[in-house]
Amino acid sequence: MSSLAVGKADTAAGATPGTAQSRPPLRSRIALIPTVTLLLGAIYCLLPVAWVVIAATKSGSELFSTFTFLPGTGFADNFSDLSAYRDGVYWQWMGNSALYAGLGALLSTCVSAFSGYALAIYRFRGRETMFNVLLAGVLMPPVILAIPQYLLLAKADLTDSYLAVLLPQILSPYGVYLSRIYAAAAVPGDVVEAGRMDGASEWRIFTRVALPMMVPGMVTVFLFQFVAIWNNFLLPYIMLSDDEKFPITLGLFTLLEQGANTPALYTLVITGAFLAVIPLVALFLVVQRFWSLDLLSGAVKS
Amino acid sequence: MPITKRRRLVFRSAATCVAVALGATALAACGSEDAGEDPSGPVSLTYWTWTPGMDKVVDLWNKGPGKKDQITVTVKKQASGDTLVTKILTAHKAGKAPDLVQAEYQALPTLVSNDAVADIASEVGDAKDKFAEGVWQQTTLGTDAVYAVPQDIGPMMFYYRQDLFKKYGLKVPATWDEFAETARALKKKSPDTDLTTFSANDSGLFAGLAQQAGAKWWTTSGDKWKVGIDDAASQKVAGFWGDLVKEGAIDNQPMYTPAWNKALNTGKQIAWVSAVWAPGTLTTAAPDTKGKWAMAPLPQWSQSEDVTGSWGGSSTAVTTDSKNKAAAAKFAAWLNTDGDALNALAKESGIYPASTSAQLSGAFTTPPDYFSNQPDFYTKAAEIAETTAPSAWGPNVNVAYTTFKDAFGSAAKNKSDFVAALKTMQDDTVADLKKQGFGVSE
Repeated sequence: MSSLAVGKADTAAGATPGTAQSRPPLRSRIALIPTVTLLLGAIYCLLPVAWVVIAATKSGSELFSTFTFLPGTGFADNFSDLSAYRDGVYWQWMGNSALYAGLGALLSTCVSAFSGYALAIYRFRGRETMFNVLLAGVLMPPVILAIPQYLLLAKADLTDSYLAVLLPQILSPYGVYLSRIYAAAAVPGDVVEAGRMDGASEWRIFTRVALPMMVPGMVTVFLFQFVAIWNNFLLPYIMLSDDEKFPITLGLFTLLEQGANTPALYTLVITGAFLAVIPLVALFLVVQRFWSLDLLSGAVKS
Repeated sequence: MPITKRRRLVFRSAATCVAVALGATALAACGSEDAGEDPSGPVSLTYWTWTPGMDKVVDLWNKGPGKKDQITVTVKKQASGDTLVTKILTAHKAGKAPDLVQAEYQALPTLVSNDAVADIASEVGDAKDKFAEGVWQQTTLGTDAVYAVPQDIGPMMFYYRQDLFKKYGLKVPATWDEFAETARALKKKSPDTDLTTFSANDSGLFAGLAQQAGAKWWTTSGDKWKVGIDDAASQKVAGFWGDLVKEGAIDNQPMYTPAWNKALNTGKQIAWVSAVWAPGTLTTAAPDTKGKWAMAPLPQWSQSEDVTGSWGGSSTAVTTDSKNKAAAAKFAAWLNTDGDALNALAKESGIYPASTSAQLSGAFTTPPDYFSNQPDFYTKAAEIAETTAPSAWGPNVNVAYTTFKDAFGSAAKNKSDFVAALKTMQDDTVADLKKQGFGVSE
């Protein structure tokens, strides 16, 4: 457990330059091969993003005719065309995505925190079995669950509603798994015991003592879930038929697949994809600083 | 289990029986419903479609005939393609399919064999003479039933750069032999320029070309399906394009890519075998060459012939899940035969109507903007549409199309044998039909 925790702490610290002051020798040795490999990896990941950013600035006539990485002149037009498309349905999709991802990730993080804490701290019959079932759930790709979930929700008459997309995403086996590992490492049993000695209720120990210690882990769970829901395609695709409830992924897909009769709306789709990335980037930049919190700050560290 | 398999086995004859049975019950039901239904209050229907602007067309119905009959239709816009078929079937499994769906012609047999779309022969049978024989036949699947009302069609045509044909001294090919000669002649005059490309991404294009040559990919004999993808006509088409690719007379890169758009826009490719909806695609793909293109009939396999294939097109179907099938069928018939509706469809959605009377009226009296240099564009288009060969779709077109992309994709890339790729397509399609439990005659 402790080795896991230390591993976590290292990655958390690694995210912020400057906290690595205990290992000066590393600084002098710049390894060439890893650096080049990472740089190549970075280029591989960033080139498509750069393409989207630049393509979003091109007007329809520039898109396929000018040099790929030459910025165009059409961004303002693309933006206003996209906003005007079917009375601004794009922003409706954006709002829906924010709702699905924001609320869904928040609820999912709460559920993960409760269950992860319970699995880590309490000893009860069937705990390991339950955890193993959850682990099996981690291995199961959510894609193959979409259709069974649809059939289940259809029985409850909940399809084509906001709940249809929110409900299945609230329980995330991976989130619970992470929370358990994290709670076991970050919340020492001694602290919980001390709380009990002082007469605090279990709820109070959880909310006042354990939860603050688990925050960095929960931020991770939240971000994972947020990104997963934001990018999810199949579940909303199967669940929703009313395009006013579509998230952005689905909306852009309908924009692209309009049938052969109409000119393809490439510029709108590309601009839409570019704008859809911005909230994710912003979220990461804002939330990143929570990761730098030291994992085991305070408490019983000797 | 055996019973359902059996039912699917004898799909065609069963479909007819079911159709007759359904027709009878529907008729009986209609008789009593129609009398009793009108006072029973308003009906509201949902409609899955990908056609842009359809909500505006449906508004016409909701404010006009729909208001009178108290039938309100709500459009739920979807993405087009095979994925929508999957979505409809999933919804049907839960009994939650919408009342009306837009379906491409080649998807209808899949929907019918899954019992997802209803027979509406008694409600829309009268509309038959508004459509060309070959078009209507696609919605009946050769039975007495009618599973949909045709909406738009995609008769295939030959598009070429008028100015560049003149510059290189080329003649518009009337036969496929001339087409091959034209490709070679162009290569000689300008080695960097291609007449066109063979796109292994576009199964529908190849299917249309095979259809023109007389191929019938799916037919039924008795209770069994017969797959003719590897028939003589298709082999002729595959061999023809395979040879052109092999000798380098045409390009082998897929269509609908940025590179292809660029090739069209810069005159690196100077012709395109496409369908009536090509002006829309060219508008975005090759914006700089507006007014420089012209349309001609598809080259023929022999001088005496005059047929074309179709690429694309769709219909409006009523689902078996609908609780108001008669009302839904009434709307489907109005949408695709009423003059005002068809005018609006042309204006708002840019579709080319299946209804023959609409092909020369309203929006189709003037050429598309991109083809303003060809004033008789739609007159010619209507003449070509009339020569559309009948098509024969089966219940697993999606499988055949996927195999096409794989087999022809690698054949085009390696410039290897197209006819062998066709055989792969045939084998995979037959294997899948058997796996699904259909009877297949060899």
